[in-house]
Amino acid sequence: MANRSSKVKLCASDRVFFTIAYIMITLLTLVVLYPLVYILSASFSSGEAVTMGRVVLWPVDFSLEGYKKVFAYSDVWIGYRNTLFYVVVGTVINVFMTLICAYPLARKGLPHKGVIMFIFTFTMMFSGGLIPTYLLVNSLHMVNTYWAMLIPGAMAVYQMIITRTFFQNTIPDELIESAKIDGCSDFRFFGAFVIPLSQAIIAVIALQYAVGHWNSYFNALIYLQNKNLYPLQIFLRQILVMSQFEAQDIFDEETAAIMQGMKDLIKYSLIVVSTAPILCMYPFLQKYFVKGVMIGSLKG
Amino acid sequence: MLERALKALKKKYGNWWQLYVFLLLPLAYIIIFKYIPMVGVQIAFRKYTHRGGIWGSKWVGMSNFIKFFNSPKASVIILNTLKLSVYSIFVGFPFPIIFALFLNTIEAPRYKKIVQTITYMPHFISTVVLVGIIMQVFNSTLGVAPKIWKTLTGVQRVDVLASPNGFVHLYTWSGVWQGFGWGSIMYLAALTAVSPDLHEAAQIDGATRWQRVLHVDLPSILPTITIMLILRMGSVMSIGFEKAFLMQNDLNISASEVISTYEYKIGLANAGSTDYSRSAAIGLFNSVINMIMLIIVNTISGKLSSTSLW
Repeated sequence: MANRSSKVKLCASDRVFFTIAYIMITLLTLVVLYPLVYILSASFSSGEAVTMGRVVLWPVDFSLEGYKKVFAYSDVWIGYRNTLFYVVVGTVINVFMTLICAYPLARKGLPHKGVIMFIFTFTMMFSGGLIPTYLLVNSLHMVNTYWAMLIPGAMAVYQMIITRTFFQNTIPDELIESAKIDGCSDFRFFGAFVIPLSQAIIAVIALQYAVGHWNSYFNALIYLQNKNLYPLQIFLRQILVMSQFEAQDIFDEETAAIMQGMKDLIKYSLIVVSTAPILCMYPFLQKYFVKGVMIGSLKG
Repeated sequence: MLERALKALKKKYGNWWQLYVFLLLPLAYIIIFKYIPMVGVQIAFRKYTHRGGIWGSKWVGMSNFIKFFNSPKASVIILNTLKLSVYSIFVGFPFPIIFALFLNTIEAPRYKKIVQTITYMPHFISTVVLVGIIMQVFNSTLGVAPKIWKTLTGVQRVDVLASPNGFVHLYTWSGVWQGFGWGSIMYLAALTAVSPDLHEAAQIDGATRWQRVLHVDLPSILPTITIMLILRMGSVMSIGFEKAFLMQNDLNISASEVISTYEYKIGLANAGSTDYSRSAAIGLFNSVINMIMLIIVNTISGKLSSTSLW
């Protein structure tokens, strides 16, 4: 495409068009990028520069003060530890459940497949809602335990459908047939053929689940009251959105103005500390995320 | 007789039992965590008490719904929900399409890749952090956005974080900021499927690049656009809880209270004065509307093409 059109000499109106297109795309990209750069720069500036609004693009009075305070903030580390736990354990449960659910439903000829599929897909259309779900989780004695963060969301039907579509398109019927003839059980076939053939889809859904766990705060908000179980996002809400700093001890005797600057600085550093792991990793994993969107758009 | 029946069963299911074993755990999960709450939603028609529980509380018919609809809040929060959602569709839907159409014309693969990587990024920012960013950037005293606005126009803006109107715009445009890059993936993929022959033919006929965007690219992705729009319409009454809740404050609450946040407040937020039944009624009302919308939308999209949820 590129070769072909470069052979054709650009006419004047095309040149105008391409200029406009480049300007528009570049502007949009800058609009996306600017707040991110601004926050990064502010987090490396001094508290005073932040309060006086002197940070515009690059760090002003370079300092690591904000990060020092964040690292001294014990809540942040409780949150980080818990979030890592929920991400790892939660994602393992999610992927396991999704695979064992999607595989049989991808097989041709399974009796009652339509009914079983309907049982799953119906939950995408209708749900009991917040309170009935809460009452259930409560009656299972999961409220205020780690389980509340792992089990009620053990599988997303949407991801299951994506995985099922993938299985249908990549696992040839002939392979199943010949394995059957050789006396291979479904359990063995799943372990020996399906899993190795599904590395790509496992990466896709694992990443989506993991990002979901990392970013979610709703379940924690309704199910958890014990601070030691809180994921990072709950602490972030307290600090970033409600401006509540529980550990006042990280502030030494400082004047109100300096403290305000410090608080803002901590917020910026915290945004970086909590978001950088995902934003730094994502460009390397981009193709898996994009693939997730693409498979999701195929008919299940 | 029994033996024959068993044999028939074995013939039908014998080859499949292992696959049903696979399904045991997922089915148990979905029944416990999705279907039991659907049974539990009956408390919307009862007056829930802790002693009575789901099955023992007194039936009150539709009174929870009537109470909700008669309260002055009902129309406000339903309108707020609709307003946010329609506005979000109105600006949020065309944006990724236009972006994809223009990005597709750019013939520098490296530049394109960089643009994509950057514009996809905000998708991965959590709602809490997004709202945190909004509150820092638009803070009336030290935020960078009011400052830029002032240097550009010379006028001091009112505090957008504290105004109902400001909330609506911030909510919507921050959604566009976060989602347009990611939303363009589908359209970019559809655009790569456009046959080069069409472009070549148009070029031979003397079409400019802009004319090809309008008459080749756009018509080619129109089916994708239609389906996406129809599916998007299915969620017109569901404004997610997280962002609206986080962006709420006392000064913008008249615009930022939506069905999902109200449901949470009535049901769980204020310890002591919670009303499970009324909250469940509000939730059920919303679920039913959403389901009806989804069914309508899916029927339409199923008629127009093969894309549907089931």
